[in-house]
Amino acid sequence: MFKSFRRDELGFQLLINAFLLIVLLAIVIPLWRVIMTSFTPLDVYMKGGTPMFQLPWQWSLGAYEQLLTHPTFPRATLNSIIITLGGTALSLFLTIPLSYALSTRTLPGRRIIIALILFTFLFHVGLIPTYLLVAKTLGWSNNFLAVIVPPAVGVTNVLVMMRFFEGIPDEIKESARIDGANDLQVLWSIVLPLSKPIILTIGLFYAVYYWNEFFSPMLYLNDQNLQTLPVLLRSILIGQNFSEYVDVDVSQAASIESLKSAAVLLTMLPMVLVYPWIQRYFTKGTLLGGVKE
Amino acid sequence: MSQSIAKPGRGMTPAPDHPLAHRARRLALTLWRHRWLYLLLVPPLIYYLVFRYIPIYNAQIAFKDFFALKGVEGSPWVGFQHFETFFKSFYFNELIFNTIIFSSAKLVLGLPIAIILAIAIHESRFLFFRSLVQTMTYLPHFLSWVIMLGLLLALLSPSSGMINDAIKAVGGNPIPFLTSPAWFRQVVVGSDIWKDTGWSTILYLAALLGINPDLYEAAEVDGASRWRRIWHISLPGIIPVVVLVTLLRLGNILDAGFNQIFVLYSVPVYSVGDIIDTWVYRSGVLDFQFSLATAVGLFKGVIGLVLILVANQVAKRVAQQSLF
Repeated sequence: MFKSFRRDELGFQLLINAFLLIVLLAIVIPLWRVIMTSFTPLDVYMKGGTPMFQLPWQWSLGAYEQLLTHPTFPRATLNSIIITLGGTALSLFLTIPLSYALSTRTLPGRRIIIALILFTFLFHVGLIPTYLLVAKTLGWSNNFLAVIVPPAVGVTNVLVMMRFFEGIPDEIKESARIDGANDLQVLWSIVLPLSKPIILTIGLFYAVYYWNEFFSPMLYLNDQNLQTLPVLLRSILIGQNFSEYVDVDVSQAASIESLKSAAVLLTMLPMVLVYPWIQRYFTKGTLLGGVKE
Repeated sequence: MSQSIAKPGRGMTPAPDHPLAHRARRLALTLWRHRWLYLLLVPPLIYYLVFRYIPIYNAQIAFKDFFALKGVEGSPWVGFQHFETFFKSFYFNELIFNTIIFSSAKLVLGLPIAIILAIAIHESRFLFFRSLVQTMTYLPHFLSWVIMLGLLLALLSPSSGMINDAIKAVGGNPIPFLTSPAWFRQVVVGSDIWKDTGWSTILYLAALLGINPDLYEAAEVDGASRWRRIWHISLPGIIPVVVLVTLLRLGNILDAGFNQIFVLYSVPVYSVGDIIDTWVYRSGVLDFQFSLATAVGLFKGVIGLVLILVANQVAKRVAQQSLF
């Protein structure tokens, strides 16, 4: 392999790949540390903290067991799943029709609507006016709607999807119209089947948003039973009220550090699982417009 | 859904009436033809009206003394009083300074790393290694700041963090990075770079892939070294994108990363970590100073709007491309 390089090429390749290796290690080491800590048995941890490497048969699942057998963590997971699924469904329900209607260039009023939407993207009045609307006017405190509805439409997602719909040849839509289909039928039976990749991708982006969102659940959902995974994870990480989410009687099974690391990894897991699907599309460049955000 | 809805106007010969009436009829026809699209627009437009425009309407309390009992309309007008309070307050300079220092440090330090990383990925001939680096460096973009807090604690916690373990191993005293005013800013900027530099290379990689390969071949034939080809072909090739990204970031300079700082900060580091958005949250939601907090939010919103519009104009002039 090296022989195919010119002389100056070899040194150059070694240099840039060494740089890439350093970057790779900078990303991997913190993740590795958290993984190792989560599996470190209590007695090992007590003797010398987290070892750099442990063989799988030395791993302890105590921390995971403790988190998952106490009702709090599974409850928060369920809340996060409900919010993520509900939020993603609502987001797509609003984003797809909006993008489709706006992708019809001949639609009267199209430019005005795009301008109205872009204006809200560029001009923010801050947190309080929305907070008053959601918490006071609508009375959505301790209601999942407060977390699901206000952020439901993302302007960049609308623009990306609009651009995709614009790319579908008019002839296809027109031939369906000649056969007597109306715009709803064209959207449902012609456009949507052709748009599965972009819908999946935008849907995943919405899902990532809802799964990760920390601030609005913290702001609107004060009831302990309604708390989401990121909110619970933060209290675990800053070491608040351990008795509320692990059984203190059996807390000999894992160190607090292992518990924290296991909670981080369990919260990360869905992101890591859907990541390959997301990556498949953003590398194709479909989403370059959406990267601006 | 019935397909046999009457289509008024079809087959009718337009009456030779007044041109204005004729145009009105044509418009009505076009609107009717697109009726299903307008139907599709109803739910999203209601959403925009309620969740994007009512907040803008509510922002009038920046010029009022808001009392919850009297509501947004019923509260008395006080003019620019809250803005004056904010401009004259002792925290004004601190908030503006912190906000701008975070944004600009993230930009100035993050941008060169992103460019170098993009070029290194682009030039690497080890294809598997290259895509491994891409996969791993894009990943943190999808992690929330709460998860980032977990990763940061694994490195920086005084009791068990990896870096503090190393400091202790060489005989030093552990440093409470996240709660020390001397270190908090570095942690914020560094963790932001760690999280998003990989992701930001996507745009530069796309630009690099868009460069005509003939240019590289011609340069090679002319005997240009690797470094000269990067300097004279790759870098100029991505400069338009760099300019665009920089302008966009400058337009959003007042957004210093609310989610990040809100998760990472704590009372001991308020003086170096507090930004406009975190202050708006605390004074509004926690201290019930709704009008003052709204005034500060509105101030930020108006400056932000002006900045992004200016950035857009500059982008049109300089890079012949608009940001949105």
